[in-house]
Amino acid sequence: MCLGIPGEVVELLDSDRHLAKVDVAGVRRNINVGLLEDEDVAPGDWVLIHVGFAMAKIDQDEARFALATLQEMGQAYADEVQAVIGSQIV
Amino acid sequence: MRFVDEYRDPAAARALVARITELAADRHLKFMEICGGHTHTIYRHGIEHLLPTSVELVHGPGCPVCVIPMGRIDDAIAVARAPGVIFTSFGDMMRVPGSSGSLLGAKAQGADIRIVYSPLDALRIAVENPDRPVVFFAVGFETTAPSTAATLLRARHDNVMNFSVFSNHVIIGPPLRAILESPDLSLDGFIGPGHVSTVIGQLPYRFVAEDYGKPLVTAGFEPLDILQAIAMLVAQISEGRCCVENQYTRCVSEGGNPRALAMLDEVFELRPTFEWRGLGFIPESALKLKAGFAPFDAELRFAVPGVRVEDPKACQCGEVLRGALKPWECKVFGTACAPETPIGTCMVSAEGACAAYYNFGRLHREVAVTMGG
Repeated sequence: MCLGIPGEVVELLDSDRHLAKVDVAGVRRNINVGLLEDEDVAPGDWVLIHVGFAMAKIDQDEARFALATLQEMGQAYADEVQAVIGSQIV
Repeated sequence: MRFVDEYRDPAAARALVARITELAADRHLKFMEICGGHTHTIYRHGIEHLLPTSVELVHGPGCPVCVIPMGRIDDAIAVARAPGVIFTSFGDMMRVPGSSGSLLGAKAQGADIRIVYSPLDALRIAVENPDRPVVFFAVGFETTAPSTAATLLRARHDNVMNFSVFSNHVIIGPPLRAILESPDLSLDGFIGPGHVSTVIGQLPYRFVAEDYGKPLVTAGFEPLDILQAIAMLVAQISEGRCCVENQYTRCVSEGGNPRALAMLDEVFELRPTFEWRGLGFIPESALKLKAGFAPFDAELRFAVPGVRVEDPKACQCGEVLRGALKPWECKVFGTACAPETPIGTCMVSAEGACAAYYNFGRLHREVAVTMGG
């Protein structure tokens, strides 16, 4: 639950419901970008995702560092990615 | 363009350690971190063993799973057992022991308890099951609370009246203050939490410097981030300064996320008091739903026992959470209490100090002790 994982915004889906499709570790899922409504999230942006919500926009370097740290965490990261894959945010 | 290797450069780490050693001089300094992610990085990279003996790291209540007392778990199980309820929870909470078992145990006994990744998943379950009450077990600091708030706003907008939230959200400022007030913890400064700060910014930490005269530096999650934050803390002390500084400017701004804060303000208010494992009752430290969201408040819709339950006698989680005890100093660490058979929350949660130390920190410490460190 507590891990913030980086994902790349692929498509904005529904502006009323603040839904966007992101790519997380090669898998595409929906997340909510409503907490970043004031920051003009666009396809190609990287965001930090926590419990299905984009928490912050990050640059690509930060995304790489975050991924490296997370991959070292081993199971905890694998579990978090599995959780994202299992989610169905509408 | 920076590369990960550059950020993991051992030479950079050595340079920071040299600077820390020089600035610390002949003081003995104790810094507390209050972020589960930092606990993890510190143990994973053996940061405590890179530091000179003049600098000691202490782990504080940075894991929102760990600070939930057993009585609240019993309350959650009581709600889960109410007729027809679909009880949804983050995975982390499933194995936390209550006084007679965990949510996982209750599920095995027949309660309809489902693990969700996001509060929005819980809301979707409510929409898909309109004839059943669906409850979301909301846990987390200010990193997670805005997501619950956004979900409640959506629930109210869409009229999902069978959805409710059992709120156990806590905020970071009050336990910090409680720790600063603790006579037995003589701390010299704090490493501020990473993701909480993306939401709340830096201003809520000002009281640490202004009222208590201790520096606080917010840090990122890379090992070099932590070392740099420690260097900044030691520099302040060596130069006689005391303020709140931000090492994690990549992700944290001074004002935080105003939209997330506005959502928190719209949905939640502070409980007069809340019990924290290890810290006792702390006033205005936890969030409850505002009156406008009463139909979505599980505590109003269901009867919860609300009984205060003491930790088991053998459990020393309270002292570990306050930083008074290191994981390996707990009498049951690694013996009666291990990840497969946890007694207390510090071992259950992946972010708990004991679990982090058990999984990652022991090897570093064994090596350090063997080498006379």
